[in-house]
Amino acid sequence: MLNYAFKRVMLGILILLFTMMVMYVAVYLIPGDPAAVALGPRATPEMKADLLARMGLDQPIYIQFSSFIVNILHGDLGLDVWSNREVSAIISETMPNTMILAFASIGWALALGIPLGCFSVIYRNSFVDRIIGILSVSFIAIPSFVVAIFVLLIFAVQLRWLPAIGAGEEGDILSQARALILPAFAIGLGWVGYLARMVRASMLEVMGEQHIRTARAFGLSETRVVFRYALAISLIPVISLIAVGMGGIISGSVFAEIIFARPGIGNLTYNAVTSRNYPVVMGAVMVTTVFYVSITVMADLLMAYTDPRVRDVLK
Amino acid sequence: MSLNSTSHARSPLRNNLLVNIKAHLASIWNTVLQISRDPIGALGLFLVTTIIFIAFFADFLMPYDPNQINVLNRLADPTWEHWLGTDNLGRDSFSRVLIGTRVAMQVAIVSIGLAMVGGIVLGLISGYGPKWLDSLLVLIFDSMSSLPMIMFAMAVITVLGPGTYTLIIVIVSVSIPGYARMIRAQTLSLKNSEFILAERSLNASSGRIIFNHLLPNVVGSLVILASMDMPVVIMLEAGLSFLGLGIKPPDASWGTILNDGYSFIRDSPVLIIAGGGPLILATLGFTFLGESLRDALDPKLKKRGSK
Repeated sequence: MLNYAFKRVMLGILILLFTMMVMYVAVYLIPGDPAAVALGPRATPEMKADLLARMGLDQPIYIQFSSFIVNILHGDLGLDVWSNREVSAIISETMPNTMILAFASIGWALALGIPLGCFSVIYRNSFVDRIIGILSVSFIAIPSFVVAIFVLLIFAVQLRWLPAIGAGEEGDILSQARALILPAFAIGLGWVGYLARMVRASMLEVMGEQHIRTARAFGLSETRVVFRYALAISLIPVISLIAVGMGGIISGSVFAEIIFARPGIGNLTYNAVTSRNYPVVMGAVMVTTVFYVSITVMADLLMAYTDPRVRDVLK
Repeated sequence: MSLNSTSHARSPLRNNLLVNIKAHLASIWNTVLQISRDPIGALGLFLVTTIIFIAFFADFLMPYDPNQINVLNRLADPTWEHWLGTDNLGRDSFSRVLIGTRVAMQVAIVSIGLAMVGGIVLGLISGYGPKWLDSLLVLIFDSMSSLPMIMFAMAVITVLGPGTYTLIIVIVSVSIPGYARMIRAQTLSLKNSEFILAERSLNASSGRIIFNHLLPNVVGSLVILASMDMPVVIMLEAGLSFLGLGIKPPDASWGTILNDGYSFIRDSPVLIIAGGGPLILATLGFTFLGESLRDALDPKLKKRGSK
């Protein structure tokens, strides 16, 4: 187990280093002069030189890259080109909003998706199962940003039940919760489908096992067998699905934050992209990548801990 | 093992295809029949055929020039002249949706085609080539898939600037790892199978093995993967265009139509429905078709109950 854990963590670090390098080289290879592009045609050479120096683009690439890595390890992601604030400060301000949104989305999806999967198994190959199956596929297929725009249109603009923009009043939990409903619904909907399918598939495999037969032999009802004896085991593969899906949830949050004008890492990155604020884009992409890679590493370790067969993959 | 003998391996491939073309057509027809027996598959097939038909004949179907501005008649509700109303510049939404269909299909098919070719080449190199190259490529694939897709897209767009080509580059680079991994896994498992060993003991070239044995064996999985990829790619194109990072206005795409609708959400819901409706129908259609195709081509998966 320790051996596997070590290898998996090293692989994670290697992936992070590699991504940083690719990102860095990509930004360095920007066609044309990034300062000229950002400042427009009327910029004076002094303004350009100043901006280049602030972006750190006036040094040789290997110095830039190594100082970039060293700075990141110190938690220093550079300065916002326009406001001169620390990128790390900006990100740590906005990150909690995105986290709340992500967890709220996955939370309601788990609360609905898992029971749906279980009902599919209890009534397998029946009409109910078929309907849940078609609904799941449809939820997965419909892009979350389209769902977001449609619920915004229906519940905020037409019916005026819920707020259309923002993350709610500071300090007012109720207003923050109300602002969370629509975006979390939009992001989570596809996950209801994923989870229902995944739980159904993994539970159908579990249902063939001996302890389930024993439980049935004791005359327990199918509902009790499913919820009491099959569910826990069926959830193991769901852990890794959620971890891998975290990337998708972050992508969904980007759209939801832009559509609902919520402060968050997605909105931040989008505004930085449109204003060509490289340090902020780099910082935001780095932080989300670190977050995502650590989640997948943790999920893999958890999987390996619960299921020793997983450990063989990295041998 | 080297890959440099691919050139003279083409003729056996073509030969093989010509001889078997009838059998191929028959098996494709059988798959289509099988899909249309399943109601969901039939619905998917219908939607996809309609979308592809519209994409091909958009020029003839459009009642107006999709970029013709008429500010006197802006944000109009649907009428007999303008079936889906007009947008914020008075352009005919129905025509824009039709041409948007073509844009969506063009981007999706070009991107998936390129990703497939790239994935096949990289996957074969990875599975067939030296070990160090394999490890390096796998690391690259892993890194690519550990970037949240939209964050990666935004990073690339910051560097290259928005536009159709950037859009295709982004979609191809996020899709290649999926194809490459699949080809690599298939290559590794087939490489030591008995019929390949037999072929090799008869002194067959790498090219012959790759083109006559490996590739025909992975075509089914490739088709399934590509059809499952279609909705994802359509979503990416529309999503990035919605953010103003993909297809550039004034050109129409489902995403730019949605963006116009979003900007005027308080004035009229028609534009949002005009842009979002086709997008939902397209992603649903391709997903239903993909699921049904997988069940038809890969009965093993169906048995496991993952449907």
